[in-house]
Amino acid sequence: MNEVPNTPWPWYVAGPIVGSMVPLAVLIGNRRWGLSSSFRHLCAMASPMKPPFLRYDWKRESWSLFFVAGAMIGGFVAAHWIPNAAVPDVSPHTVQAIQALGFDSPRGLVPAEAFSFSQLWTTRGFAMVVIGGFLVGFGTRYANGCTSGHAVTGLAMREWPSLVATLSFFVGGLLMTHVIFAWIF
Amino acid sequence: MKNTAFLLLGIVFGVTLYKAEIISWYRIQEMFRFDAFHMYGVLGSAVATAMLWVTILSHRTRREGVTIARRPFQHGVWIGGLLFGFGWALTGACPGPLWVHIGAGTAVMVVAIASALAGVITYAYLDPRIPH
Repeated sequence: MNEVPNTPWPWYVAGPIVGSMVPLAVLIGNRRWGLSSSFRHLCAMASPMKPPFLRYDWKRESWSLFFVAGAMIGGFVAAHWIPNAAVPDVSPHTVQAIQALGFDSPRGLVPAEAFSFSQLWTTRGFAMVVIGGFLVGFGTRYANGCTSGHAVTGLAMREWPSLVATLSFFVGGLLMTHVIFAWIF
Repeated sequence: MKNTAFLLLGIVFGVTLYKAEIISWYRIQEMFRFDAFHMYGVLGSAVATAMLWVTILSHRTRREGVTIARRPFQHGVWIGGLLFGFGWALTGACPGPLWVHIGAGTAVMVVAIASALAGVITYAYLDPRIPH
């Protein structure tokens, strides 16, 4: 039996699919494609005492919630029927660097030594899951967009605020990876 | 009908993010350490594809008076952008991947999403008081 090599889809397949979300969202419903607003709509839907920022008709933006529901289904379908290799082929240099920070060698999608319920109340688990999640929610609202809304849709529309946003995302990520990680781990 | 189309589009997106390992914390680390081209290739070709489509569609949208809302600049773009960048490197995920993770079985990401919602609510209260 020949083993089918279980390599990740190459970037030149994934990138064009992701980029096609922008025109398809326009064609289907004249929507500006972006995913971080799904968090805002959920808050607008659920929070009982609404500050003005959450006082709007979220039902008009329900497309966003259908899209992220689909994204969850897609993740489920792929993980169950066409799973990735259990051990990802990560660059040796990155493996070395994260091992120096105390992580094990790569396995699965996330390091279980931080991303599991049993690690949630360790410094590392709390920082990466709880603080990290909070910053994703807070930061994307303050910046009015995330990787999809700014770095893909905004750049594709040649909007300079989105270029500023994209560069800031990277500067933040680089600072965290190269400076702050060494402090907190 | 439209919502079904968005649901299907989301499924395609979720499968793609999983299969190209875009939701992998390790791939995000590779990107921030400049050790692999993969994520730059994904983002670059996504932007190029979207830009091509937007240019083609702009003739049609102009004719039909349809426009995608533009986003103005405010200082939050870079302040919030930095904060989101911190969160991106910590979780190894931006908002789309957080959702895909739930489906793919990274159960603890439910906590990350709950934290993200707490972040949005915190922002909602601070919104009138912080620089824009």
